[in-house]
Amino acid sequence: MAAPAPWQLRAARWIRPAAWVGGLVPLALIVAAGFTGGLGAEPIEEVTHRTGFATLLMLMLTLAISPIRRWTGWNWLAPARRTLGLCAFLYVCLHLVIYLVDQGFSVGFIVEDVVEHPYVTVGFAAFLLLVPLALTSTKASIRRLGKRWQKLHRLVYLATGLGVLHFLWLVKKDLRDPLIFAAVFAALMLARLAPRLVAARRRPAPVETRGPVHP
Amino acid sequence: MRGPDAPGPSVEEKKVQQMLIRKPEIPSSEITPEATYLNRRQFFGAAAGALAASALPTSLAACTMDEAEAAQRDEPNSYEDITSYNNFYEFGTDKSDPARLASRTLRTRPWTVEIGGLCDRPGRYAFDDLVRPHQKVDRTYRLRCVEAWSMVIPWRGIPLRDVLARARPRPGARFVEFTTLLDPAQMPGQRRSVLDWPYVEGLRMDEAMHPLTLLATGLYGRDLPAQNGAPLRLVVPWKYGFKSIKSIVRIRFTERMPATSWARSAPTEYGFYANVNPAVDHPRWTQARERRIGEWRKRATLPFNGYPEVASLYRGMDLRRNF
Repeated sequence: MAAPAPWQLRAARWIRPAAWVGGLVPLALIVAAGFTGGLGAEPIEEVTHRTGFATLLMLMLTLAISPIRRWTGWNWLAPARRTLGLCAFLYVCLHLVIYLVDQGFSVGFIVEDVVEHPYVTVGFAAFLLLVPLALTSTKASIRRLGKRWQKLHRLVYLATGLGVLHFLWLVKKDLRDPLIFAAVFAALMLARLAPRLVAARRRPAPVETRGPVHP
Repeated sequence: MRGPDAPGPSVEEKKVQQMLIRKPEIPSSEITPEATYLNRRQFFGAAAGALAASALPTSLAACTMDEAEAAQRDEPNSYEDITSYNNFYEFGTDKSDPARLASRTLRTRPWTVEIGGLCDRPGRYAFDDLVRPHQKVDRTYRLRCVEAWSMVIPWRGIPLRDVLARARPRPGARFVEFTTLLDPAQMPGQRRSVLDWPYVEGLRMDEAMHPLTLLATGLYGRDLPAQNGAPLRLVVPWKYGFKSIKSIVRIRFTERMPATSWARSAPTEYGFYANVNPAVDHPRWTQARERRIGEWRKRATLPFNGYPEVASLYRGMDLRRNF
């Protein structure tokens, strides 16, 4: 592979802070709206929706890093993956805290909601799946867990899928936004699976056992 | 507006007013001053204020407002809230879409309403001819959306039964069907088939003739804003908000139960009756609690949205099945 161009070396230095700034834009927009009346007549609901939306957006961006890297050879993008993933976790925590406060921290209401309403069940499950990923996002964890780290972090696919399902199941009628997320998620998964499938096809065919055999 | 020489409220109207949560004739001075709602809308300022004012542990311990406290707080929502947070899918599915678009695209004059079906005096009425012969009334009602939020709205309008009686419904008329305008040029949300346009709603005859049922033409003493269903809409305060169809162009008396829009689009989730009922959950979320717009804590939802006088209409019916 060719050595990275000078601009790529410069980009490598800036990618992490840039990803933090970009990842925090949704939060900045929420705060700005909160101070200017932009959250409307139902601010609690609006913040809940916006943090949920931001979570899915960050997860999609996280999952987009690797395929883009592979197609373009821009390896300097790699650090953005962790930053955006942590931003996703930040938004899902805000989302959950607002939900818990909104239920008045009543264990009864919350348990009932999680058990009885499938969209809450899958949303809560997605959150739980993201917790170990956030906890093991440090360099030390990567080193300590070795190959198991990669296996563990495949949970992000399941968490994202459940997050999309959560969105699909909660909208009243207009499925457009959750379906866009579902399509993007499907494309990102395909981008991972397709190269593997192609590689499997190109592998030399197994030894032919029919036909003439050596005497 | 009622002229100075208009007759006062009838005995019947006085009886209805006593059932309501608030006396009629809201002076425009009661419209929440702009400074107040702007202040409340500054979410983080307001949130900090709320936390500072009430000790955090006590406010968190009380997860839902108790009924006595909730009943005390039945003040009308601000004009700003009522006219900026609307479900009116004909202009888009976001609640801010109608306020942004409706007044620009919807032409509410001239407006014609066709009354027909099983009645002796069908006809097409210009809006003024339909409305003018009737005494206008002011009614402040709770409105409970099926999405578990609510408002208190000071409507102005005509009891629906006054309009229906004029058409002389025939004995075979068991239901009334209402239809919203169909015109994607005026209602850009109709270009997407989120629902099967035009929007159709319906009531059983006794529900339609109930004194609480209103054909609203205004709120807060002003003409109805486009986003709230101008120039005239239904208001059935004991049913979920989607029954209260907006921008009506047709009223028909029918023998059969009308195929209403939400019930057609998701029959397991939305029924024809759609009475507010905290004991019967939406299949995907609870209906036991609601958020009154402008409040932080949720409150308990009341059966028939706190209008128990309509319960007799449903005596003997299984309201779990007829949701």
